[in-house]
Amino acid sequence: MGKIWIITRRELASFFDSLIAYVLIALFLLLSGIFTWLASTNVFFIGQATMQVFFSIAFWSLFFFIPAITMRMIAEENRAGTIELLTTKAVSDSQIVWGKFLACLILVAVALIATLPYYITISQLGNIDDGAVIGGYIGLLLLSASYISIGLFASSITQNQIVAFLLALAVGILFQLIFDVLGNSVRGGVGEILSYLSMSVHFESISRGVVDSRDLVYFASIIVLGTLLSQMMLSKRNWQS
Amino acid sequence: MSILVENLTKKYGEQKAVNDISFEIKTGEVVGFLGPNGAGKSTTMKIITCFMAPSSGDVRLDGSSIHSDPELIKKKIGYLPENNPLYLDMPIVDYLRFSAEVQGVEKSLIPSRIGEMIDKCGLDREKHKNINELSKGYRQRVGLAQAMIHDPEILILDEPTTGLDPNQIVEIRKLIKDIGKEKTVILSSHILSEVEATCDRILIINRGRIVADGTSDTLRSQSQGQELLKVNIEADPEKVESAVLGLSCVEKVTGVEGKYGWFNVQSKPDMSSRKEIFDLCVKNKWYLMEMTGLETRLEDVFQKLTK
Repeated sequence: MGKIWIITRRELASFFDSLIAYVLIALFLLLSGIFTWLASTNVFFIGQATMQVFFSIAFWSLFFFIPAITMRMIAEENRAGTIELLTTKAVSDSQIVWGKFLACLILVAVALIATLPYYITISQLGNIDDGAVIGGYIGLLLLSASYISIGLFASSITQNQIVAFLLALAVGILFQLIFDVLGNSVRGGVGEILSYLSMSVHFESISRGVVDSRDLVYFASIIVLGTLLSQMMLSKRNWQS
Repeated sequence: MSILVENLTKKYGEQKAVNDISFEIKTGEVVGFLGPNGAGKSTTMKIITCFMAPSSGDVRLDGSSIHSDPELIKKKIGYLPENNPLYLDMPIVDYLRFSAEVQGVEKSLIPSRIGEMIDKCGLDREKHKNINELSKGYRQRVGLAQAMIHDPEILILDEPTTGLDPNQIVEIRKLIKDIGKEKTVILSSHILSEVEATCDRILIINRGRIVADGTSDTLRSQSQGQELLKVNIEADPEKVESAVLGLSCVEKVTGVEGKYGWFNVQSKPDMSSRKEIFDLCVKNKWYLMEMTGLETRLEDVFQKLTK
């Protein structure tokens, strides 16, 4: 854990030393703020003290922002050659990947914490379902962790940040939208499997405040698979030919 | 801490970048890998530093192998890769602290280690800058500082002086020599004078194999064989040439281009022709202006071995 945290701290410092962290957090707040308070479907229009509007906006905005955070994580190290210095120091490949994963997750968590004033304000307006709010935030965190792990994998297979970004979006859109659409149109067992793979199904069930082991298994598998694959790509230099 | 390299082979596809290399480096030696570009120097270093695994063979550091204890080995090695990749967005001190932490330096010792490295590598004036604000020479010093921060027993430097200006080269070489007094150092280069100036021992690598191993003196004498003299005689060159060639111990005489009266004289194996040339001049009443023995240059050894 010590080594992972050292890597995480360096990545966080580099997020906050550059403008990346501030721009992303500001954009995220702006976007979710506009839709929660000002757009035509805002909380006043619905007339209920609920954060569903915010959660459904965050569901999409995180989907776009996270590849922007993860795209440079490994791709940039591959391009600059710093990966050689990092991997020849006394850390394992898995510590490197988990360190970077944790740094991204903390950045997203900071952005989510910054939306707590929305919750406080809305809870003043009426009776809010706290369980649904907690579920929603947990859902967003799990969703973010899944996309971070997909993004890290995309970043690990290339030296080019733009390729990493687009690839992360391409893989992400499967879970975000395509499995859902297919799952609804295909009948039978295949349709059920596709529906199970859809992110929105699991996100919705968690954000209702119901934490089901099926959902946890789903998120955990994506996270573990993504980080494992990134780790394999890092170790690839060892088994080339 | 000795390094034992056993039958190391690394294949890239069909091509063997390193082909069955074996050698041993003892504690405190400064060893130079010399070879043309693409000879397998960097690949060998990358294997020793556990950046890549070999296709076959093993590297052992005092009994621990790169296959079974990479973490242990990485801790004992300080590595400066080719082109010196650094996190450019970090301040020097932060970067050194990060390197120290990753290498497992005890927390209480880190500030003093950083101070020591900044002193040793002459970074004091620049220490508050970001790495991307530094010139190439200073970046190289940061590269050296991060390699030594955890006081490793072995330092591996891949072309540590490429891209530096002559003053910086001299400084870095001096630094390497100082370090070499206490530590085992492996450095690679394709510049002969550099290896000659800094290393106790030279390994010449060509096409993935070791073609020569020894001090610069032994390498020279091995390939020397025949005596080579540079002679200046004031007399009719044609007469001189034929007369010298007539001596029993001389194998070849060639005039030095563009220089009147100068000759290169190569003696037959294991013979010296100095005295005979002198006697010849006395007999013919020529003036012998100069006679110098030519030492085989390391360049010649290198070219001969790597052609």
